[in-house]
Amino acid sequence: MAGGAAQSTRSDAVWSEQGTTPDAIEAALRRLLNEVHAQNDEFLPARVLNMIAFVDREWTGEIANRLRGVGRYHASRLVVLAYEPRRERLDARVMITAEGASAPGELALLHETVVVELGDCHLDDLLTIADPLVVTDLPTLLWSPHGHHEIVTELLALSQAVLLDSVDEPITREALDRACELTARAYVVDLAWLRSTPWRERVAATFDPVWLRRELCAITGVTVRHHPASTAAALLLVGWLASRLDWQAEALVADGDALVGHTHAGGQHVAVRLEAAPELQVPGLAGLALETASGLHLSLSRGSGGLHAQRRWPISDDRPHGEEQEWTIPGASRGETGVLGEGIRQALLRDPTYAPALQAARAMLP
Amino acid sequence: MAVAAGRPTGQPEPDNPLTAGLERLPVAPTTLVIFGATGDLARRKLLPALYNLAHEGALPERFHLVGVSRKEKENEDYRTECEQAIRRFSRRTPDEAVLKSLLDNIKYVPGTFDEDSVYTELKDVLDGFERADGEPLNRAFYLSTAPSFFPVIVEQLGSSKLAHHEHGEVRVIIEKPFGTTLEEARELNRHVLAIFEEHQVFRIDHYLGKETVQNMMAFRFANGMFEPLWNRNYIESVQITAAEDLGIGSRADYYDQSGALRDLIQNHMLQLLCHVAMEPPVSFTAEEVRNEKVKVLQAIPQPTAAEIPQMSLRAQYTAGHAGGDDVPGYLQEEGVPEGSRTETYAALRLEVDNWRWAGVPFYLRTGKRLARKITEIAITLKPVPHLAFSQDGSLGVQPNQLVLTLQPNEGVSLRLGAKIPGTRMIIRPVNMEFLYGTAFLSQSPEAYERLITDAMRGDATLFTRNDEVEAQWRICDPIVKSWAQKPGPPVASYEAGSQGPKEAENLLREDDRWRAI
Repeated sequence: MAGGAAQSTRSDAVWSEQGTTPDAIEAALRRLLNEVHAQNDEFLPARVLNMIAFVDREWTGEIANRLRGVGRYHASRLVVLAYEPRRERLDARVMITAEGASAPGELALLHETVVVELGDCHLDDLLTIADPLVVTDLPTLLWSPHGHHEIVTELLALSQAVLLDSVDEPITREALDRACELTARAYVVDLAWLRSTPWRERVAATFDPVWLRRELCAITGVTVRHHPASTAAALLLVGWLASRLDWQAEALVADGDALVGHTHAGGQHVAVRLEAAPELQVPGLAGLALETASGLHLSLSRGSGGLHAQRRWPISDDRPHGEEQEWTIPGASRGETGVLGEGIRQALLRDPTYAPALQAARAMLP
Repeated sequence: MAVAAGRPTGQPEPDNPLTAGLERLPVAPTTLVIFGATGDLARRKLLPALYNLAHEGALPERFHLVGVSRKEKENEDYRTECEQAIRRFSRRTPDEAVLKSLLDNIKYVPGTFDEDSVYTELKDVLDGFERADGEPLNRAFYLSTAPSFFPVIVEQLGSSKLAHHEHGEVRVIIEKPFGTTLEEARELNRHVLAIFEEHQVFRIDHYLGKETVQNMMAFRFANGMFEPLWNRNYIESVQITAAEDLGIGSRADYYDQSGALRDLIQNHMLQLLCHVAMEPPVSFTAEEVRNEKVKVLQAIPQPTAAEIPQMSLRAQYTAGHAGGDDVPGYLQEEGVPEGSRTETYAALRLEVDNWRWAGVPFYLRTGKRLARKITEIAITLKPVPHLAFSQDGSLGVQPNQLVLTLQPNEGVSLRLGAKIPGTRMIIRPVNMEFLYGTAFLSQSPEAYERLITDAMRGDATLFTRNDEVEAQWRICDPIVKSWAQKPGPPVASYEAGSQGPKEAENLLREDDRWRAI
C-alpha cells in the first residue's frame, strides 16, 4: 500500500480509507450494500449503468456538483478517479445514497459513488484499479471532462460508451477528430450533439407534413447561429442535414466571425453560413434558418418557453401577398445539467445518425 | 386559406429522412378538441398530460387546444381553469414560460353537446386556426364526457361535416366505458362507424398506455427462454389480480352503476389476459397486435347461464379495517343506494380454448378494499414429474411460479426450489427477483401522455379496436345480465382489508390456490 498505514473510518453508508487497495474498496462496497439492504429491504441497488469519471482532483467538487444535478439519470455506480499528479497514496471514499423518499411498500434505489484519489504513480496500473470497482455486466460510460486523452484511450478497455463534449475543446478540428477517433472504438455520446436534439426534432417535424416534405430536396441555404465557442455544435447540426439529405459537404472558409461555404445537393448548391451569436450565454445553438428554392424561408430561434418559429412564403399565385407566420413551439430548456443527464441516459441507447453527421461536419472544417 | 402550396400531386410521397435516429417521432400539426373540457378527467389527466408533452417539446409543431363544455365562460376563464388544473395535477412543476405558451393556444366553446350551434362555432374556431397558421391541421376530438353523450357528439360531428377534413386527418378518441353491455357496445360501434372509419377511431383503455403493460410484450417476445414453456404442456394455471386497498371514495354514483366486472375485468383485465395468451404478432403494427388479441378473446367460450355460478363470483365489502383505521362497508359508503347489489369484488375462471392454452384455467379477480394494492399476473408451472428428494422437514418442493408485477413495484419474480444450507437435502422455495425500477434511468411517462401522442400520430396499437371491444363484451355480457337479474345469484361478502370472499376458493380447480394479496 502506498502512502503509509491504513486508517479506516465509516458511518452508516459511507466508508473511507487512506492508503487503500481496489480489493478493499470493492469489499467495502459489498459490505455497505449488504448492511443498507439488511436495515431496510426496500432499499435496492440500481443496476443500470457504471460511469467512470477521470477528473483533475482540484475540480472534483465542481464535477460532483454537475453530477448531482442530473437527478434520476445518475449512474448506478459512479467511480470518480480524482487525479493529482504528485499523489503517491491511493485514498478512497465510498458513499451509498438512496434516491428520494420511499412510500411504504415502494422501493428506494441506492446509488453508489466511489471516489479514488490517485497520482502519476498509479496510472500504469489504472485498469487494475478501476476494473474491480465497476459492476460486472453493466454497461460502462467513460467521461474525462478535463482532457487526459491518453487515459481515456487506456480506460476504453473497460467502457462501451464515452461521454464527451465537442465544444469543450478549444480547437474545433481537434474536437471533431477526437470524436471521430473514439467512434471507431466505442459508442460516443457527444453533449454538443445532444444540445442540437430539439433543433433536429423540430426541423424533422417542420418537413414531416407530406405537403412540405418535398421542400427538403430544394433547400438552398442554411444559416446556424451559435455560441462563439460552440462551432462544433453548429457543424454537427449542418453535418446532420448533409448526411441525412445526401449533400456533398465541402470545407467552409472564414468570413469575419462566420464560416461560410457551399455543399452540393444533387445539381444545386446549398449555401452554408455559421455565425457566432455573442449574446448567447450558454453553450450550443442560438438559431437556425433554412431557405428553399421555392422561396420558403424557415427559422427557429431560442425564445422564452420554447423555440420561436418563423415561416415566410414568397408571393405566388396561391399567396398573392406572400405570407408570414410566427409561433412558439413549447418546450422547457434542459439547462446544462439536463444535457449532462441526457448524455448519461444516451449511453444506453444508440443513435445511428451521429457518426455520419460527424463525418460530414469534419468535411466542412475550414 | 393558403394551404395549397406543395399540395399532393398523386405521386408517392418520399419518406422523411430526418426522422432517423430520433427518439421522438414528429406529430403532425393538430388541433385537439376536448369534449367535457371542464370534467374531472380533463382536469386531472388530460391537461397535465398536455402540459408535460409541451414541457418536453413533444407536442406537434403547431398545436391548438379547444375545450368544449356546457358551462358558459370566456376563453380567458377557461385558460385560468386549465392553468389551475395543470399546477395542481402535473407530475412536474410547470415552467412558467412553457405554461404560458401552451395556454396561449387554448380556446373554449360553450354549449350542450346536442346543440348545432356548438359545432358551427367549433368549425369556425378550427378553420380560424388553420387560416392563422396558413396550413392544414389534423383534428382530434377527445370524448371525455359521460358515455351517454358519445353517440350524440359523434352524430353532431358527422352532420356538421367535422368528421372528415379535405386537407388533414380527423380522429376521434373515445374514453371508457365503451358501452355497458354487449348490445350497447355494438350500438355505439354502429353509431361511430356510421360517421367515422375504424382507422379514425381511438378507443381508450388507459391500461394499455402504461409502460408496465407494454413491458409484458417485451418480456414475452424479446426473451427466447419463456416461449418454449408458454403453453399448456408446462403451465398449470394463470392468475391475474388487480386488488385495491381503497374503497370507492366519492365515486359512488359511477361505481354503483358500474361494479367491479365492468370497471376492471371487461376491459383492463381481459387486456392483460390477451397479453399473456396472444401469439407473437408478425409485426408490432396496430393491426397485427390487435388481430392476435382478438383471436385470444374469440377463443374464450361465452359462459352459459348454467356455467356462470361455477365460473364467476361477486361480492361486496363489509365494514373492516384498512391502513390501521376502521372503514365502512360498501353499503354504508356515502351515496351508495340502500340494498345495492353492485359487486365491489369479482372473480372469474376463464379458459382459452385453443391449441396453446386448452385446459389451462385463467383466474381473474379484482376488488376494492382488499388487503393491499397490487396488480400482478402469476403463471404457475406444472410440478416436476418426479421428486427424488425427501419432503420431510421443509416447506417442500413447490411448482415454479413466474409472477409479473405491474404495480406498485413493477418487476418479475421467479419462484425456484433451492437447497437449505446444511447436511440434508432439504428444499424450500426461494424467489429470484427483478425490479424494473432498478434497471432503467428514465421515468415512465403517464399513460395519457403516451396515448394522446399516439392518437395524434394515428398509431392505434395501444387502443382497442371495434371487434376487440365487442369480443370483450361477448365474454362478460352473460355474467352482467345474470348478475342484473332479481334476485340473481347471491352477493358474497368480505371484510374490508381482507383477502376477499372465502367463496372465491370455489372457483379454483383442485390443487390451485389464490395467491396472497
